[in-house]
Amino acid sequence: MSKIIVAQQAPLARRNFLGQSGGVLLSATAISLMAGCETMAQSSNKSESQDVAILNTALGLEHEAINAYQLGAESGLLDKGVLDVAVKFQSDHKAHRDALIATIQKLGGKPVMEMKMGDYAKALKADTLKSQADVLALAAKLEMGAINAYLGVIPAFKSGDLAKVAGRLAADETMHWTVLSQALGRPLPNKALSFGA
Amino acid sequence: MNGRPIVAAMLALCFAHAHGAGDPARGAELYEARCTGCHSLDANRIGPMHRRVVGRKAGSVRDYAYSPALGKSKLTWSEANLDRWLANPEALVPGQKMGYSVPESADRADIIAYLRRETSTP
Ligand code: HEC
Repeated sequence: MSKIIVAQQAPLARRNFLGQSGGVLLSATAISLMAGCETMAQSSNKSESQDVAILNTALGLEHEAINAYQLGAESGLLDKGVLDVAVKFQSDHKAHRDALIATIQKLGGKPVMEMKMGDYAKALKADTLKSQADVLALAAKLEMGAINAYLGVIPAFKSGDLAKVAGRLAADETMHWTVLSQALGRPLPNKALSFGA
Repeated sequence: MNGRPIVAAMLALCFAHAHGAGDPARGAELYEARCTGCHSLDANRIGPMHRRVVGRKAGSVRDYAYSPALGKSKLTWSEANLDRWLANPEALVPGQKMGYSVPESADRADIIAYLRRETSTP
């Protein structure tokens, strides 16, 4: 069952990943994220720098996700079809990262840097990953964490446009989480409103 | 005259709430769902590591890059301060960079009970 779903996903993911250049996807996302901030990009004030701080926390989450997928991809534990999906999800996180960096810079902030891969490996206990299921379970856990984090910071944004960005990021992560938990053969959440609670 | 014991009882309840009437088992679940996107007990990630956070000076984990605001806050993470932080971090430390809050006081009490439990284990 889990195999089938991944197999169905894989060709689609491959097509997307190879068919559209990451650059095109990404700049379109960056522009649309930033478009909403146009009006507030002029003046630098306190509420704005507060929003930038939270955007930087979000950027930290994306850096971590990108590195986690990299660790998974390099682990040699993933089947070809699963690897393709992982690479597709990683490219989503790279698009998120680039859009967040562009928005932070637009608001006059300084984007946080990524840590070293080895630091992520240690923090995420990459040495405990022994199977494809372990890698998928880590990815699902991080995606779930990101969903709840993004939903949870929405009320902290002074800008409604940026709050919407957090919602859009959460939506992508929810899509990832759903696919990952299907691949792991896990059930769907049995109650509504399970995310962000 | 009659009001007094009631007020005292209510105060006692509030006190109990802020100071550890929480359920650490439920707190562990809440922590897993809400905090582990950014935090781990034993590793700095998006946020600082949490092991032994109860009673710790705010902004004091080595090798974690705190916001200047939290770094300079001089707070200690008493359970009451943790409760205020989780209710509204920006109100407690303006300029912080967590931004995440826990609106329900019962949820906060449970999470804090969990953090206290993990504080007393190595
Ligand atoms: C969106 C990511 C994110 C989420 C989710 C999050 N935090 Fe944080 N947390 C941070 C960041 C970033 C900091 C550092 C804040 C600063 O430096 O201003 C922090 C700091 C803290 C601190 C201060 C620790 C110290 O060493 O001074 C505590 C306590 C804390 N968080 C508890 C929690 C708890 C409990 C939860 C879950 C209910 C949680 N956090 C959820 C990002 C997050």
